[in-house]
Amino acid sequence: MEDIVSNFDLVLSGFWITLQLAFWSALGSLVIGALLVAMRVGPVRVLALFATSYVNIVRNTPLLVIFILVFAGFPALDLLVGTPFLVKGIVTMTIYTSPFVCEALRAGVNSVQLGQAEAARAIGMTFGQTMTQVVLPQAVRASVPPLTSVIIAMTKNTSIAAVFGLAEATARMRGFTNNNADDRILIFLVFALGYIVIVEAISGASWLLERRWRTVR
Amino acid sequence: MTAEAAPEPGQIHAGTGEPLVVLDGVNKWFGSLHVLNDIDLSIARGEVVVVIGPSGSGKSTLCRTINRLETIQQGSITLDGQPLPAEGKQLANLRAEVGMVFQSFNLWAHKTILENLTLGPIKVRKTSKADAEKRGMELLERVGIAHQAQKYPAQLSGGQQQRVAIARALAMDPKVMLFDEPTSALDPEMIKEVLDVMVDLAQRGMTMVVVTHEMGFARTAADRVVFMADGAIAEENTPEEFFTNPRSERAQDFLGKILKH
Repeated sequence: MEDIVSNFDLVLSGFWITLQLAFWSALGSLVIGALLVAMRVGPVRVLALFATSYVNIVRNTPLLVIFILVFAGFPALDLLVGTPFLVKGIVTMTIYTSPFVCEALRAGVNSVQLGQAEAARAIGMTFGQTMTQVVLPQAVRASVPPLTSVIIAMTKNTSIAAVFGLAEATARMRGFTNNNADDRILIFLVFALGYIVIVEAISGASWLLERRWRTVR
Repeated sequence: MTAEAAPEPGQIHAGTGEPLVVLDGVNKWFGSLHVLNDIDLSIARGEVVVVIGPSGSGKSTLCRTINRLETIQQGSITLDGQPLPAEGKQLANLRAEVGMVFQSFNLWAHKTILENLTLGPIKVRKTSKADAEKRGMELLERVGIAHQAQKYPAQLSGGQQQRVAIARALAMDPKVMLFDEPTSALDPEMIKEVLDVMVDLAQRGMTMVVVTHEMGFARTAADRVVFMADGAIAEENTPEEFFTNPRSERAQDFLGKILKH
């Protein structure tokens, strides 16, 4: 009890790293996921094939394996050598989460009526303009609920980074429980509460977005 | 905007005579279905051509081939002397010159009415936002929707949405306007407001290809009626001649069915 109170700054610093990891990974995943979905539904067959393969391969690979690949495999190929652990963690989470974002967005793209894209093409927009101006903005609106689930799952997945030397929340929790075996339940509850706050914040943001866009329709 | 003000019927080419859209030996199949069968059609600048025919006759497909929303397998289509490009930037440029109005309006649901009118000019024509909005408001004024400029499409009635869709196409200053059954999804009392806008457009000299079931519009505004059946042009004539004295048996049969009620 005393330990976690007197060292509460460690709890906060752990969640600060978790937050940074989650924020930048979410941003990266949303951007890469949007690119992947544009390739998947686009007219260029090679790109569609690439995006489909990427989604299927990465989605079928455990997150732990991708962590090992980035932290142990990449340096062997002279990639990401000397990069901070936080950045490596973000790269890993982005690689893993972007296919899920792609598929959530694709559900949204499928929900956009064909006529919307047809009207864009008919007015002279290129494929890229049709996607960025007309299809994706509407697809994102329809994808908010599944995207929220993806981002929440991703936030909780960041805890795996604890194993790879990132002093994020779960790593800090392990430190506390190792030193204070009697207070395990309390420590666990404190950290669980931290994750709950983050996840509820994401849910709240998603709720606000949905409410704002509903009036638009 | 009424029948009295319509251009004088009885002349096939009300336009300047020089062809703007030319379809030559166009053929298209959907699988084994021959949807367009040897279509030859020349549309003069300023001419209003109404395409009618039973459903499944290929009239919508014909309309959609002119801006290549449907590809063709044989023949050629030229616009202002230029053959339709295949894919890519040139095709996009060509489509910017061809306005299209759809049966289901297809206004962009996430954009306001005014944004629907300015998006094309800003993104495709690289017009400044201020100029695009000024022109957009003028066009909304013209179709009678200016007071709804900040609303979203779903907040408008079908007739209003279709008038906005016409204004959206006009905002690109197209050389020709294609109408693919523009009133078929509308409640009866809203059809007139859309047809009024189209008649006005015809009187201003716009080149128009209109696929429709509105025989009243064909009589009022068309320079020529093209009757399609089974993917081919079965008959073409002035509206006056076509409706009072159809020559082909298919047209007689079709008119007999629709004009009896």
